[in-house]
Amino acid sequence: MATATIAHPRRVGFTWDPALVIPLAGAGILVYLAVLPLLMLLIGSFQAEVAPREFVYTLKNYQAAYASEYTYSTFVNSLIFASGSATLSFALGTMLAWLTERTNTPLRGIFVPLAVVPLILPGVLESIAWIFLLSPKFGYLNVWLMSLFGLQSPPFNVFSLPGMIWVHSVGQVPLAFLLMVAAFKSMDPSLEESAMTSGANTWQTFKRVTLRLLMPTAGSVLLILFVRTLESFEAPALIGIPARIYVYTSEIYLAFNDYPPDYGRGGALAVGLLLLSAVGVWLYTRATKEGKKFQTVTGKAFRPRQFDLGGWRWVGFGFLTGYFLFVVLLPFLVLFWASFLPFFATPSLDALNKLSLDNYRYLGSFRPFWDAMKNSIILATLTATVAMTLTSLVAWIVYKSRLPGSWILDFLAFVPITIPGIVMGMSLILLYVAFPIPIYGTIWVLLIAYVTRYIPYGMRSASGSILQIHGELEEAAAASGASWWETFKRVTLPLLRPGLVAGWIYIYIVSFREFSTSVLLATGESRVLSILLFTMFEQGQVTVVAAIGVLMIATLLAVVALFYKLTGRVGIQT
Amino acid sequence: MIEIKSLVKVYEDGVNAGVRAVSDISFTVEAGRFYTLLGPSGCGKTTTLRCIAGLEKANEGEIIVAGKKVFSAKDGSFVPAYRRPIGMVFQSYAIWPHMSVFENVAFPLRVGKERVSNADVRKKVGAALAQVELTGYEDRMATQLSGGQQQRLALARALVREPQVLLLDEPLSNLDAKLRERMRFELRELQRRLRITTLYVTHDQIEALSMSNVIAVMNAGVIVQEGAPRDVYLQPKTKFVANFIGSTNQMIGEVARLESNCTALVRTDEGEISCGILEGLAPGSKVVVVVRPESVNLHQHPPAHGANVIEGKIGAAMFLGEYVDCTVELGKNVLQTHQRYTLQVRRGDPVWVELPAGECMALPAE
Repeated sequence: MATATIAHPRRVGFTWDPALVIPLAGAGILVYLAVLPLLMLLIGSFQAEVAPREFVYTLKNYQAAYASEYTYSTFVNSLIFASGSATLSFALGTMLAWLTERTNTPLRGIFVPLAVVPLILPGVLESIAWIFLLSPKFGYLNVWLMSLFGLQSPPFNVFSLPGMIWVHSVGQVPLAFLLMVAAFKSMDPSLEESAMTSGANTWQTFKRVTLRLLMPTAGSVLLILFVRTLESFEAPALIGIPARIYVYTSEIYLAFNDYPPDYGRGGALAVGLLLLSAVGVWLYTRATKEGKKFQTVTGKAFRPRQFDLGGWRWVGFGFLTGYFLFVVLLPFLVLFWASFLPFFATPSLDALNKLSLDNYRYLGSFRPFWDAMKNSIILATLTATVAMTLTSLVAWIVYKSRLPGSWILDFLAFVPITIPGIVMGMSLILLYVAFPIPIYGTIWVLLIAYVTRYIPYGMRSASGSILQIHGELEEAAAASGASWWETFKRVTLPLLRPGLVAGWIYIYIVSFREFSTSVLLATGESRVLSILLFTMFEQGQVTVVAAIGVLMIATLLAVVALFYKLTGRVGIQT
Repeated sequence: MIEIKSLVKVYEDGVNAGVRAVSDISFTVEAGRFYTLLGPSGCGKTTTLRCIAGLEKANEGEIIVAGKKVFSAKDGSFVPAYRRPIGMVFQSYAIWPHMSVFENVAFPLRVGKERVSNADVRKKVGAALAQVELTGYEDRMATQLSGGQQQRLALARALVREPQVLLLDEPLSNLDAKLRERMRFELRELQRRLRITTLYVTHDQIEALSMSNVIAVMNAGVIVQEGAPRDVYLQPKTKFVANFIGSTNQMIGEVARLESNCTALVRTDEGEISCGILEGLAPGSKVVVVVRPESVNLHQHPPAHGANVIEGKIGAAMFLGEYVDCTVELGKNVLQTHQRYTLQVRRGDPVWVELPAGECMALPAE
């Protein structure tokens, strides 16, 4: 019989195959990427000086970091900044999600893609745009409101804690929006319908059922927004530092910028931030697991009930329109406008006459711009490619091979999500500053940093698509005589392609706009676009910065267009 | 108690003309009766129920619940779900996971128009839970209950505010077979005891037959046949009903002559068969003769007398415990029959089947 030649249909990857070297090597790389830098950071924070011949244990770094006159104010600022931004972006994101998903607000459909548009506006540009709008000296909104109402002093000052909170929140709304949309979508509508058939009216149903069911999800979304704010450095760098409002990320940056750089203190601060973020992520995963017990998220997609807002739906429509005009569109417009100006000026007839393409002409022959553009494109392309290759291998090992101990890989691939960008930068400095191979100061150290940071995103896309592939498809290949590598190449990979493409493009976008890691690692010739924007803005070339920003957005738009074309939908990443 | 007049519900997808989920149906549920809408998935039965509950707004027609007009397309009146005197049990039970058993049942009393005092809430919830035998579970979280308990909890919640009408949307379909059988019995007993007007939606013929006073068989948005379970089962009016409820044998034929206004002789490949006939079918009409497997009598020797006796041979005999599923090959047709488990036959044995004229029915071929 034919089956005699197959002997025993084996479990894929269960028996030793020389090709298993490949996944094992992938695992090795992961350990190297995710664990070694953190180890170096920990050692460095207890070390008397950077890269000495021998290790000299000291606690003075921690003393300098946590027992200084600034310790208290940094703590309080960070706490207000993070909780304020989490609350504001959550409130806005939930409002948008509820109005577009669950009510009969007019034209709500077109607001859904608009709500995620800010994702392509890099955080550095978001901050710059709002400085253009809300700066007490020259901010457009301040100038207009003062002349409109004859005010003596500017009504807004972006260089303040509320200013930082506003700017950061606005950039974070799309994330809150996407997470809350997912939460609304996965709610079983019969839970609300049974309230209505029990005699509860619209408001009672919303208050006693909808809202209560959303609470666990809302808690975890708030938590993730809190952690992400704590880790961010865009608003703290561009607004906080000039305003002398320091949070943990800016303290780390300033320690690094001391003369000579105080790596020890920076490391000690970084360890603290890492712990905070790790606790946040741990609570988040716990909360989402708890949430599953609550059973509102069943993985089934429902068509949710729509609340009839009656006349209030025009209020909702007004809110959505106002949000998109003032919060989404205005930053883009102000950057676009400023990019044609020789120097910053309020829109007027006089300014209109001064509009020119000079900034773009200047950039055409401005070497640092082209170097940075080249670096950014190379890095985004390589990061996305390397990260997706690596994570598809790792995801395969974790979910398909059932090798003993593969859960460790799953854990390792998740670790980088707890590492704030600036902490990653600090760790890699400590690791590579005295590394035998001189990659410090090149784009290769940036590549390592980006790949490590975005492994969790890659894992999410890769494992999502791998879990959808039924194991028997691969077992059939093995039973037909295909080796592990043949199976992966001819069966697994083609089935994974759509998910991997989506992941690739997402990582491309986040790498292209990356700032908080690059700010420590990108120097001189390894400078990327976001860092060029930052330094030129600090030097006061604001209108050239606006032009760079416009070109940067144009590049990203091209990639997003490709993203839509290839996948046809918006992915959700946390 | 419930009156549906010319109800139409169209689902718009915004692009095409729209799907007519319910296409001009009318029926009446008398007070205290157990009325079942039975049909395959997508036949419009759940949509009809949801229109009555007020969870969907129909496009045309009128709905009257407990003497009160709750929907009318003509004058545009629409009473929202929460103002209708209903209790509803959902297919997924829709037990609120953030409330205890007690709170789930107390909810309808707490949100209602009239205030119910705490003492009364406790009394009524206690009574409702006792009705479904969940006394003692008050403080559990609802998600800690088993499937069958959740189902009973949903029932208690639907009954607690003493609705005029109980609406049940496939409430038993998520239970395992044994539990379903028991719940069928309990649900029926409860309904008879409370005498509550009940509208039940299911695709399960056994549930429909065993619990209902009246069954309406639905297909493609219309009611094909309405009647008592026995009548629907024994006197199906269309091929669809005969096929959907129970299993049937079908033999194509032509009406030879009418013997009375409800009996006829039908010419088939196996000879003339005397059987019941649907009114209005004239001699010469193409028909199918339907007969249930359990109606067929099997003889191992030619019977001395009896009408509709056809000779054949045993095809296959499957022992199923309760009965033997035995097919008989006639000239051109194969009959499926259910015989007593004592029957001992082999493939190819000659047999004579007897089709009792009163249990054969001639229906229009199309």
